[in-house]
Amino acid sequence: MPVRPTATLPALLALSLAAAATLTACGSGSGSDPDTIKVSFKQSTDNSIKVMDTYLADIKKQFEKANPGKKVEFVPIKAPDSEYYTKLQQMLRSPKTAPDLVYEDTFLINSDITSGYLKPLDPYLAKWQDWNQFIDTAKEAAKGEDGKTYGIPDGTDTRGLWFSKDIFEKAGLPADWQPRTWNDVLDAARTIKRKAPDVIPLNVYTGKPVGEAATMQTFEMLLYGTTGGTTTDDPLYDRSAKKWITGSQGFKDALTFVETLYKEKLGPDVSDALDPNVMTRVRGEWLPQGKLAIALDGSWLPQDWLPGSGHAWPQWSDELGLAAMPTQNGQAPGKVSMSGGWTWSVPAKAANPDLAFEFVKTMQTKANAQKWYVANSGIAVRKDVAKDPSYVTAQPGIKFFTDLVASTHYRPAYPAYPKVSTAVQEAMEGVTTGDMSVEDAAKGYDEELKAAADDQVIEK
Amino acid sequence: MTRARSLNHAPTRSLNRSLNHAPTRSLSRALPVTPAVVLLLLFLAGPIAYCAYIAFTDLQLTGQAEDSFVGFDNFRTAFGDEAFLNAVWLTLVFTVVSALLGQNTLGLALAALMQRASKPVRTLVGGIVITAWVLPEVVAGFLLYAFFRREGTLNAILGWLGLPTQNWLFTLPILAVSFANVWRGTAFSMLVYSAALNEIPKEITEAAEVDGAGGWRRMWHITLPMIRRSIGTNLMLITLQTLSVFGLIWVMTRGGPGGKSQTLPLFMYEEAFQKSMIGYGTAVALLLLVVGSLFSVVYLRLLRTEV
Repeated sequence: MPVRPTATLPALLALSLAAAATLTACGSGSGSDPDTIKVSFKQSTDNSIKVMDTYLADIKKQFEKANPGKKVEFVPIKAPDSEYYTKLQQMLRSPKTAPDLVYEDTFLINSDITSGYLKPLDPYLAKWQDWNQFIDTAKEAAKGEDGKTYGIPDGTDTRGLWFSKDIFEKAGLPADWQPRTWNDVLDAARTIKRKAPDVIPLNVYTGKPVGEAATMQTFEMLLYGTTGGTTTDDPLYDRSAKKWITGSQGFKDALTFVETLYKEKLGPDVSDALDPNVMTRVRGEWLPQGKLAIALDGSWLPQDWLPGSGHAWPQWSDELGLAAMPTQNGQAPGKVSMSGGWTWSVPAKAANPDLAFEFVKTMQTKANAQKWYVANSGIAVRKDVAKDPSYVTAQPGIKFFTDLVASTHYRPAYPAYPKVSTAVQEAMEGVTTGDMSVEDAAKGYDEELKAAADDQVIEK
Repeated sequence: MTRARSLNHAPTRSLNRSLNHAPTRSLSRALPVTPAVVLLLLFLAGPIAYCAYIAFTDLQLTGQAEDSFVGFDNFRTAFGDEAFLNAVWLTLVFTVVSALLGQNTLGLALAALMQRASKPVRTLVGGIVITAWVLPEVVAGFLLYAFFRREGTLNAILGWLGLPTQNWLFTLPILAVSFANVWRGTAFSMLVYSAALNEIPKEITEAAEVDGAGGWRRMWHITLPMIRRSIGTNLMLITLQTLSVFGLIWVMTRGGPGGKSQTLPLFMYEEAFQKSMIGYGTAVALLLLVVGSLFSVVYLRLLRTEV
């Protein structure tokens, strides 16, 4: 720049500063109106699915009617899960962009609590009668390491085995199938492979392409069935020592299950299993078209088979059977399930936290909560709804999956969890492709775990 | 470099002289560019400087109460990280195969052939190639995913010809995405080379032909040296484009299976947004910038023209 620093420079600087000031001023024009709350939620990327939009519009109407002069403004984020988290976290970083109420996945909530993004709700909960109706395990889902509660769960989910009655009949397996051990599951798959060679015997998600689904729907469903089965007995994270547990025997056994399944070709072709679109195929193609005998999957599947979803399958409840995932050797309580779910949380930088909580109260009345559980194929976390006959019979499968809540586990969703989960997926992918032995994959996990948890690990 | 300095010398001196004489005039001359300078500083230099800064911190998007300055830790981590080294290697493979060998030579070949072709053929071929180029990256990604997948078009054709089929995205993922990038990006090289070839005076090629030089010799001794500058420019541009390809690979393979097609941009995305390690991801981004500059330097040296 051949411009000499004469009077030009100060003049330019002054100009730039003035310009910069005006430019940044446009950015902060959001202005928090004390009578309006902004609510952010995850909008489905599938335009035909409007379940949440419809439900929230209804709540908004109720809320504005009950609170004259108050307004609700929605700030939906249309993205797949992982991108939704990223976008939300960026919004939570600044008071200018933070909404008053956000929809948080329990998978990440502890991470966000540690970052100081969320507000503890205990003072509000102390004055809210309905909180006593929530089941204890669900209350745990949004508890920080400091023992405070940072979110109100709007339902939960459980997981189990879905199987095709038709294929079972061909393979000579019982229509009321209920495996007692992991071996029973594998044996059923082997039988199907022999008697119905043209179908996929058993699908379990694996590897990094499907992300958290591999960790939770498959790996943890196995791992949490290797221990005593109490909710305090966590095989991933030692809650008393506050340390992550390195590859234990149970960990290796769970990897061995995955390895066996893919080695004996009891699952989908490895290349299909590691295709990022496999989840869509299981729900939209393999199960409805009778190409898959058993699927280890979540309670929410029927959402995809509702009329208007693009692959409606009204007769699914006649064609599919349900069985609980057994523990490794049938040890008590005999069955295992993992639960996750989402919560409503108030950002630390929210402008109208009090009003936001009022909105949560409207959402979580018994009637509204029940409406939401049913619409969303969710599992009730309110005791009064779980007991209500009209809820239990609202949809086939609800009773089965609600009963699993008694033997379910929540993930140790502490800040390091997302990284731990990725390490689990890498180990799974290694044994799925056969690139790694179980021993090597478990060793690799130990190394990754140390890095992910800042050396806060313990051997068991 | 010396030549450049001596070239710039004279105007600088005269400019300085005019500045000394008329500061007001130079101010009024600088005035029109200030808005642009301010905007550039604000929206380009600012974020870049901020990026360079956070590459030296352990900033996370979530799961951390406060971040701190960690010096070169992120870079040390990267060079000790097998996944990073694998990503660097795959980035080089992807760039060399799809940009240097694929897009570049195919683009030149198409341009050379189209020189001789009749107008309808030229229009048709050009149209097809350019269509592939103007498609949004995600659309191209899905098309090629459909082409390569196990029940895809490619295997259908091979099966019909009685050749063995396989799941290309699983067995040779980096080659599949490289091919996809060639398919999508060749048009750019073709256009650059078409323009360059049109610049070559007809007399020269005709003279060579009269002297009995065959097609290959004409290409090697006349055409290539004459379009050397375009080759340099083109290589530089397509290399930088290819280094930053993300959507195409993301749609086709997500960098899998087992990281076998995880180039640096995908690795960065995973570290920064899926594992929330913004600091580390940004450090890798800076390293990607270094890879890009290394390529550029090599091209500049190789193709330095003696004018």
